Amino acid sequence: MSLDDWQLVVGLEVHAELATNTKIFCGCANSFGDEPNTNVCPVCLGLPGSLPVLNRSAVEFAARLGMALECTVQPSVFHRKNYFYPDMPKDYQVSQYDLPINADGTLELPDGSVVGIERAHLEEDTGKTTHMGGGGRIHDAAYSLVDYNRAGVPLVEIVSRPDIRTPEQAQAYATELRAILAATGVSDAKMEEGSMRVDANVSMHKPGEPYGTRCEIKNLNSVRSLGRAIRYEMERQVQLLESGERIVQETRHWDEDAGRTRPGRSKEQAEDYRYFQEPDLVPVAPDDEWLASIRAAMPMLPAARRTRLAAQTGGDVDVALVVERGLDDLVLEAIAAGGDPGRLLVHASNNLSAGAGELSARPFAELSKLEATGALTATQAKTVLAELVTAGGDPAAIAATRGFEAMGDDALAAAVDAAIAADPEAWEKFKAGDRKVTGFFVGLVMKTTKGKADGKAVTALLDARAQS
Amino acid sequence: MTTAQQIADAVRAGERSASEVLEEHLAVIDEREGDVHAFNLVMRDEARAAAVAVDAGDRTGALAGVPVALKDNLCTRGIPTTCSSRILEGWRPPYDATVVARLAAAGAVFVGKTNLDEFAMGSSTENSAFGPTRNPHDLDRVPGGSSGGSAAAVAAGFAPLALGSDTGGSIRQPAALCGVVGLKPTYGLVSRYGLVAFASSLDQIGPFAATVADAALLLEVIAGHDPLDSTSLDRPLPPLVSGLGDGVEGLRVGVLTELVHAEGIAPDVRRRVEAAAEALADAGAKVDEASVPAASFGLSAYYLIAPAEASSNLARYDGVRYGLRVDAENTAEMNAATRTAGFGPEVKRRIMLGTYALSAGYYDAYYGKAQQVRTLIIRDFAAAYDSFDVLLCPTSPTTAFRLGDKTADPMSMYLNDVCTIPSNLAGDPAISVPFGAGDDGLPVGVQLLGPALSEGTLLRTAAVLEGALR
Repeated sequence: MSLDDWQLVVGLEVHAELATNTKIFCGCANSFGDEPNTNVCPVCLGLPGSLPVLNRSAVEFAARLGMALECTVQPSVFHRKNYFYPDMPKDYQVSQYDLPINADGTLELPDGSVVGIERAHLEEDTGKTTHMGGGGRIHDAAYSLVDYNRAGVPLVEIVSRPDIRTPEQAQAYATELRAILAATGVSDAKMEEGSMRVDANVSMHKPGEPYGTRCEIKNLNSVRSLGRAIRYEMERQVQLLESGERIVQETRHWDEDAGRTRPGRSKEQAEDYRYFQEPDLVPVAPDDEWLASIRAAMPMLPAARRTRLAAQTGGDVDVALVVERGLDDLVLEAIAAGGDPGRLLVHASNNLSAGAGELSARPFAELSKLEATGALTATQAKTVLAELVTAGGDPAAIAATRGFEAMGDDALAAAVDAAIAADPEAWEKFKAGDRKVTGFFVGLVMKTTKGKADGKAVTALLDARAQS
Repeated sequence: MTTAQQIADAVRAGERSASEVLEEHLAVIDEREGDVHAFNLVMRDEARAAAVAVDAGDRTGALAGVPVALKDNLCTRGIPTTCSSRILEGWRPPYDATVVARLAAAGAVFVGKTNLDEFAMGSSTENSAFGPTRNPHDLDRVPGGSSGGSAAAVAAGFAPLALGSDTGGSIRQPAALCGVVGLKPTYGLVSRYGLVAFASSLDQIGPFAATVADAALLLEVIAGHDPLDSTSLDRPLPPLVSGLGDGVEGLRVGVLTELVHAEGIAPDVRRRVEAAAEALADAGAKVDEASVPAASFGLSAYYLIAPAEASSNLARYDGVRYGLRVDAENTAEMNAATRTAGFGPEVKRRIMLGTYALSAGYYDAYYGKAQQVRTLIIRDFAAAYDSFDVLLCPTSPTTAFRLGDKTADPMSMYLNDVCTIPSNLAGDPAISVPFGAGDDGLPVGVQLLGPALSEGTLLRTAAVLEGALR
């Protein structure tokens, strides 16, 4: 079998929960992790006689995403998608069908490739079923419990065109889309909490021939799983195709532990959803003025933010991560306040998580300056930074309280010389060019100075001694 | 007989108490309900408490102390709401329908929940899981349907007012058969919030009353914008009661050819329509023949659109959350067992019909085509209203038929709605007003149709016919 003879074709369907305060058709709180069945009312429980009323914020959030994805934001209509499922209160899902709010967009990835967006439409989420007994699997469960807190949470379903050609590109698409959802405030886009869910349509064909039959891979709970599942599916499909078999169009579930996909529903068993226009809602026709105000309030998107940050910091792979964590504004402000760009970027990509707690730009800048001038070592700076995140304050004062005085050059030189003297055998190796023992000497100096030494300065001194 | 208006006036003036009025009506119920079976539930205790509250309160409501019967597909907080179906037996809604809340705020006293064809699907109230309602004028005859319980309650004097719902004639046809006034408002005039849905794009709640003035009074209380119903019209309705005596001088009345001469219209019914046309002409109206060609296709379109929407609306009765559950090996089998046991044959027939009409490969030929017919009906009515203010036709093809006469043949039952369905498809208002009797001595209703929000015109025209009979 040779994958080289085959071309992968992937289209992604991403569901993202909108970060609105309330649900899409009622006033219940849109909140993750609450006590089951506490954020419910007659409407989201689908009680007889109840009627939906569209949440204006949900339309606004969807339109904002559509604009971020360069879609045409257009008048739209809701349809009912009919099928029976216990966690769906009305046994139909209110969704959009032939007239979605957003159509025909694009998403440009960091590598410059462009993936087409077919549509990004609004719909309601279902409840969540937990199967009790029998190891949590539906077939041998003793009974099931349903939590309707999630029922009626607004979703956008973003459908890409089948433009993706490698597993890495699929991962980059999911990552970039997640960054856009977060940056626009449309969704918190947490795959681990299910507020962003990715399904992958995967097929293989030989270049120049028509596209192959696709399988839809579900249950992908991380960007990593997405890549693994596509790679598995490529091999599975090519193996079948090269042994002369046909691919069955079906839904397959990714099993993270087993590292494989398993068959689900095939096309022959597929539901007929009997879509028809939802008679309880009226068509959505956002007026131009409102759309213009949404466009005017559009925050800067990740791609532009990456370019902006790279321009200030000299460009680095860390830039994407810093923007993804939403720390680029903080870094840029700290640079403007005189901070050291390199040190700031290192901290933002290695030592901070999204949010950055109590840390503000000015102390962050001060910290990087202390570090750049050698007043604090990298290790000390990291400790001070952690305290700035939890409690805020003045970096110099924190360093003083902790006894992080800058180590004098003489003291450092003495410590290095002591380390060299302690192991002449290792020192001979170092002098002979064996750089593997560098870490040994640095560690020794750190130990004797109780971490006050700057690792880079120690290495520089070792090099100087070796050459003299 | 005392009208709702008289009761409210007397209660407001302190001449009568709500409790006294209620006891009079409960006495009538005690006397005749055993024969008529208008109610699924008589709310004696709740009604007595409500009457006491009205008497102790400010008594200023438009319906202060007036007994009102509610069709049992209107949600009442804490009170069983069955839709005359086994599948909802025992379910108590945690909320009031908007119309129920508005009536309560106006001082109305609810005497009970009235019987209906299961989920409002039928024209005789024989499709009730709890047994049929009988016509107070002749207990061997049906009261019509689906709001047969509400029509019979008003006709029997159980309450001067009742609410029904009308999807294809379910207010007007039983009103005609029971000799009372029934009005289907413009789609969106009355909030559907809390009305258990049959066919959402056609359903409207409307009033039953013994007199035109009382129907106007009730409609004024329940009409108006409701933010809980997205299809609710956000427009003020001109006052209805105050214009009732304005007459029909110069009004352009069209006798609707396609429906007057439709197949199955009994000669005695047609003669009453002709008499109504004469009465209106005598009162100064300009009467001529009118044509709405697409109206003839209304019945066919309706029996695709209404079941299609019903198949979706009734999916939620799956045994998971409320009402009946018949346990089985797995969820899908539990759903099927529950629905098999909980729904009656007519409901099942319409769910199957609607599911079929929406299926892949059949949608265009059935549901899609029916929607096109609906567009034509709207267009043809609009054209007719360029030349006419009001259209006149029968409400029901015949007077009340005997129980069991049409239960074996669904198609003959469906034909009862041939004259009423077009207004639902068009979304326009229509009223049925009693206008004498047929050859069998049973009541005949004539129907007046008008363009959207013409309720005021329809009511004053109906008032002229009502006056002509006296």
